[in-house]
This record gives sequence, structure tokens and C-alpha cells, in this order.
Amino acid sequence: MAKMNLLQAINNALITAMTEDEKVMVFGEDVGHFGGVFRATSHLQEKFGKARCFNTPLTEQGIIGFANGLASQGSVPVAEIQFGDYIFPAFDQIVNETAKWRYRSGGQFDVGTLTIRTPYGGGIAGGHYHSQSPEAFFAHCPGLKIVVPRDPYQAKGLLLASIRDKNPVLFMEPKRLYRASVSEVPEEDYELPLGKADIVQEGSDITLLGWGAQIEILQKAAEMALEDGVSCEIIDLRSILPWDVETVMQSVMKTGRLLINHEAPLTGGFASEIAASIQERCFLYLEAPIARVCGLDTPYPLAHEKEYMPDETKTYEAIKRTLHY
Amino acid sequence: MKDRNHLAEVKTTNKVEIITKGVVDIPMLQILSAEGELIEKAVEPDLSKEEALKIFNTMHYIRVLDERMVGAQRQGRISFYLASTGEEAASVASAAALSDDDMIMSQYREQGALAYRGYTTEQFMNQMFSNKDDPNKGRQMPIHYGDKPLNFMTISSPLGTQIPQASGYAYGQKMSGKDVVTICYFGEGAASEGDFHAGLNMAAVLNCPVIFFCRNNGYAISTPAEEQFAGDGIASRGLGYGIKTIRVDGNDVLAIYAATKEARRIAIEEKCPVLIEAMTYRLAAHSTSDDPTGYRSREEEDKWRAKDPIARMAKWLESKGWFDEAENQKRVDKARQDVLTAMKSCEKTDVCAIEDIVEDVYDTPPWHLKEQLNELKAHIKKYPKMYPKTAGRVK
Repeated sequence: MAKMNLLQAINNALITAMTEDEKVMVFGEDVGHFGGVFRATSHLQEKFGKARCFNTPLTEQGIIGFANGLASQGSVPVAEIQFGDYIFPAFDQIVNETAKWRYRSGGQFDVGTLTIRTPYGGGIAGGHYHSQSPEAFFAHCPGLKIVVPRDPYQAKGLLLASIRDKNPVLFMEPKRLYRASVSEVPEEDYELPLGKADIVQEGSDITLLGWGAQIEILQKAAEMALEDGVSCEIIDLRSILPWDVETVMQSVMKTGRLLINHEAPLTGGFASEIAASIQERCFLYLEAPIARVCGLDTPYPLAHEKEYMPDETKTYEAIKRTLHY
Repeated sequence: MKDRNHLAEVKTTNKVEIITKGVVDIPMLQILSAEGELIEKAVEPDLSKEEALKIFNTMHYIRVLDERMVGAQRQGRISFYLASTGEEAASVASAAALSDDDMIMSQYREQGALAYRGYTTEQFMNQMFSNKDDPNKGRQMPIHYGDKPLNFMTISSPLGTQIPQASGYAYGQKMSGKDVVTICYFGEGAASEGDFHAGLNMAAVLNCPVIFFCRNNGYAISTPAEEQFAGDGIASRGLGYGIKTIRVDGNDVLAIYAATKEARRIAIEEKCPVLIEAMTYRLAAHSTSDDPTGYRSREEEDKWRAKDPIARMAKWLESKGWFDEAENQKRVDKARQDVLTAMKSCEKTDVCAIEDIVEDVYDTPPWHLKEQLNELKAHIKKYPKMYPKTAGRVK
């Protein structure tokens, strides 16, 4: 065990994967000698050479197109998109190519070895284009897996599982936790399961569901609610696609109430998918409408970042409303 | 860390001189004249009688297949078709210059390359009839071929996407240490996509052994080349990316073969991309959903019909004493018959089982796909008349 921040855990996972399998290659904008704008790929080029850790020209559609080709050839690409906000030029390559590769070829070819890493989320004064949470755009896309860790331990275990998974994975890293979140991380190789939610805290009155950096917001809101005598169960979804409906159902059937929190805008956000599915499956158990505490349906604002975010007080208020329904 | 001086190789001038088109005029390689004669001083590529006849016969076969399948689409037997009439030389002669271990990533008018590799009439038919013997399991529109054993990557409709993919595939080939390349076909219209820029620039910077093969046939559906680009075709762009480049007569089998052979040698020995622009003409309609009389004249088509790559090669074969008219006619007749026979049998083959609808989305279907499949099967059982292709086989 060693104390690592989120970036160090990701760096450690990449070293683990590259040491184990010489087909693993890491590339993107500024990931080479410089080690990435957040330093997630520090020293990889020194350790593994320029052929396996390299800068690409500044073209997101090129990076993912190249990664698709490399993966279909049998290599194991770990491509970095510098900010989730800049993944959209590669949207066609991801949605029409990456996600459909295996299906359209009848399983003859696939890009299952591909992992796309990208920092996402707000809270860093990043304005419109350094704050976005684009997971819902990709959740509408059969063939992809989408994974979001909440702390360094989760990050290493989930990234290793993503790199080794036989399907293309979009791995979204909560950038406001890159240095802020520190935890004990095993130095040895380990994986955490994809598609499985994690119960962070057990409770009996209401289920709070979120992912990534919002888990700590849910924890703070749960502490506030506890002072009112409310017992919150907190679930970290971890995988957006496919998501763990069973764990969420079991929890909601126990508590009878559900609150979903995400940074991305409300309309068309992934909370809508969860709310609809849980409503279908747990109709007779629900004692209040499912609450969604999300970003506003606006572009991500700079000056009003604090007001925009689905923070702990907004969450606390929604917990109270749900309980007193 | 070394000091950078990115101006080190920039020449200076003291005159205001805006560079205009025509500073570099890229010529077109021709080895056979329009009449099918060897051009004076041109070097005939080293092509055996056997290879030459295989190229010729494949071109002829593709013309027959195209004619018959356009007809089959008109009869409503298949939903869509895309002929390569007039451009057979581009895909067939370039494929002939490759090794069978090289990866082919194509657009959708390169059935000639696939046939040259050995794709059979039945295989073409299974794909076009979307039946259970289609390796794509009937999931894609007709002409979206793919065959792993033949190193032919499955085609997708979005244009240009295969260009950066080919760069990545070739990078992986280089890392594997094998002396193989990827060839990437696309049309001059697709070259306007952002993925063209991305793919060529990445291949050049990352030293990928890939051959970019552009079929410049003058039209992207109805859009003529002069509404597609203002520069000197596609070849001139290669130089801007630092890519070795050649322009060839796309109706001249020998020029295409010689250029592709040399491009492959350079790609392997120097670990770098090469761009080939083949100048040709799309005699066919864009697809069976298109009618070219709306945007071009019969006279224009006739001029190009006179430059037919097949007739041109036939004359060269005759000059070598390798062409036998009667035997050729027999082969063409047999191809027509084979296509008809295969069509009749493959159109009757069942589609895949309904379970396949959720297979291959992932390596194994996750819970939500299993759930959706079960609901679908229950629904089909309830309304069997609405789903005649599958109802009788749902368990």
C-alpha cells in the first residue's frame, strides 16, 4: 500500500499495464516526454520508449481514428483526450466506428482493446470548455462501456480492468479530484469489476446515487441529513454503461426513495435513464418521486460555477423534500 | 533537452511574392497509351502472364457482377448496390501489387480488390442478401463487405473514417515487426473530410507504413471535382503533409500496378506513408439510388467509355500474345451464369437467428440486452404474422 493521489494512481495503473503487456501503447496530445498536461503519463516515455508512449498531432478525430485502427490490429491503445470537452471532434469515430466495429463485422473484427481516457467535470473554474461531463452523450451509444472512478483506489482498479476488458471503454477521470483525492492504493496489480456499483455507505431512509467527484458531495449531504436523523444509503454507480440496475433496485426496494446527482445538465442526463428504469422496476416500493439534482440546462458557466453545481446544500434540500413528500 | 530552431530550414526572401497554384505541377504516370500501346520509354512493370491474366479476368468478373447486381437491385431482390464500372483497374491492379498479408481498408467501390484476393461469388451474394452465411450476420447494407481471412477490413458507410484508422493499423503492423503494409482506399470526395487531414498528417508524423490510394473519379455523387477542391487534385496535398506522392492514370493497369508496387517497397523500407492519386472516371451511377443524367451529359460519359481500362488492357494483352478472344468470352459467359446461380440459391438462405440481434454489440450481451431480447422474442411469438422472417424459428 502507498498513499497516492488520483493522478499517481492512474500513472501507476498505466505503468502496471505497460509492464505486463508490451502491446499497450499510450498516446495523445502532450502525453509524451512532458507527461501530459495533468502529468498522468509522467515518465512513461522514459520507461517504455517513444514508440509506446508518444505525442500525436493536435487532432481528436485523428487520435481516436488512429486508436481504432491500432486496436483492430491487435495492439492495446490507451488514447488520451486532453479534456472531455474536446472529445466531440472524435464523436463520429467513437459512435459510428468504435462502438459498432464488432457488431457490423459479425464479430470478425473488434476494437475491444481500446481504452479512451479523458478528464471530465467542473469545480476548477474551467468555464464552458474545461468543465463538461459528456457521459450521457455516450450512454446512448450501444457497444461502448463507460467507467468513472471516485478516488485513487477505484481509479487504478477500474483503469486496469478497462484496459484489459474485451470491449472499448470510455474512462472518465474527475479532474477536480486529480490532486485533491488521496487514498491508500495497493502497489500490486488488482482490478475492480466493470458494470458493478459500489455501496459506499449503508442506510435505510433514502438512496443517494452518483458517480465520480459527486460521491463526496453525496457524502457531505448525507452528513447534514444525519443531523436531522435521516439515514442515507450512498451508491457509487462506477459504470454508466452497462449500469448496475440490480444494486440500485435492491437499495431502492429497501429505502423506498431515490435521489440521483450528477454535474451534467438535467435534460437528457443519465439520471433520466436511471429514474425511468427504477420507476418501472420499483413502482410499488417508491414512496416519493425520484429526485434529480443536476447541473442546470445551460452551458457550464464561469462566474456562477458555485451556483450551477449540484452541491451538498442542493442535495440536502432535495433529500428533505423527498422525505417529507 | 535540445534547443529548437524551427526557422533553421526556412529560406528568406526580400520580395512580396504570394505563391500561386502551378509552382509544382504533378504529372500523371502512364505506361499504356489510351490505345493500349506501351508508351515510348515507359518501363513495363515486371508482370507475369499469369498475374496479368488474373488482373484482367478479375476486372471482367467485377464488370459482370456489377451489371447483374444493378439489375437485381432494379428487380427489388436486393436493397442497394454500388457499381465500380470504369474504375475496375484502380482497385484490382493496386491489390495485385500487394501481398496477401497486407491489410486492405476500403471505402465501398473496391469490390475488385476483394475479388482479386479470392472472395467468391457465393460470398458476395451472402453479404448482399444479408443471409445467415454473411460474415457480417446480415447487419449491414449490401456492399459493406469484410473478411478476416482475406485481410479485408469490414466496410462502414461514414466517409473517410478508415483513413486515420489505416494509419493506426499500419503503426501496429510496424510495431509487430512484420514487413506488411495497410492500403487505404477512398474517393476524392471523402478526401474533403476532416479524417483525411487527420489520417495523413498522423501517418506522416508517426511514420506509418500505409498506402493512401485515392480514386479521383471526378464526382462525389452529383458534386463535380471543381466544387470539391480548388487545388491540384488530391496529390498536391500529400506534399504538404511531407508524404511521398504519385499521380497515376487510373485506367492504366500497368501504371497503377507499377506505382503501387513501388509505394509498397518505400512504405516497408522507409517506414512511411505514400499517397497515390489514381485519375479515373465513374462511368457507373453513384449507386442504385442515383441517376447521373441529372448532372452530367451522355457525351461526357461516352468520351470516358472510350478510355475503358478493360479494353485498354485487352489490347496490351493482345500485343503480348496473351489474349484469347474465344476463351475470354467463355469466361465471361460462365461468370454471368455463376452469378445467376449463386444469386438464386443465396437469396433463399435464411437470415440469422433472432438471438444474433444482440450478439457482438459487446463480447457477451450484458443484462439489458438479454432482457430486451427476451421481451422481443415474447412479442414475436405473440404476433408471428408480423415477423415472417423469424417467427417460425423463435424458441
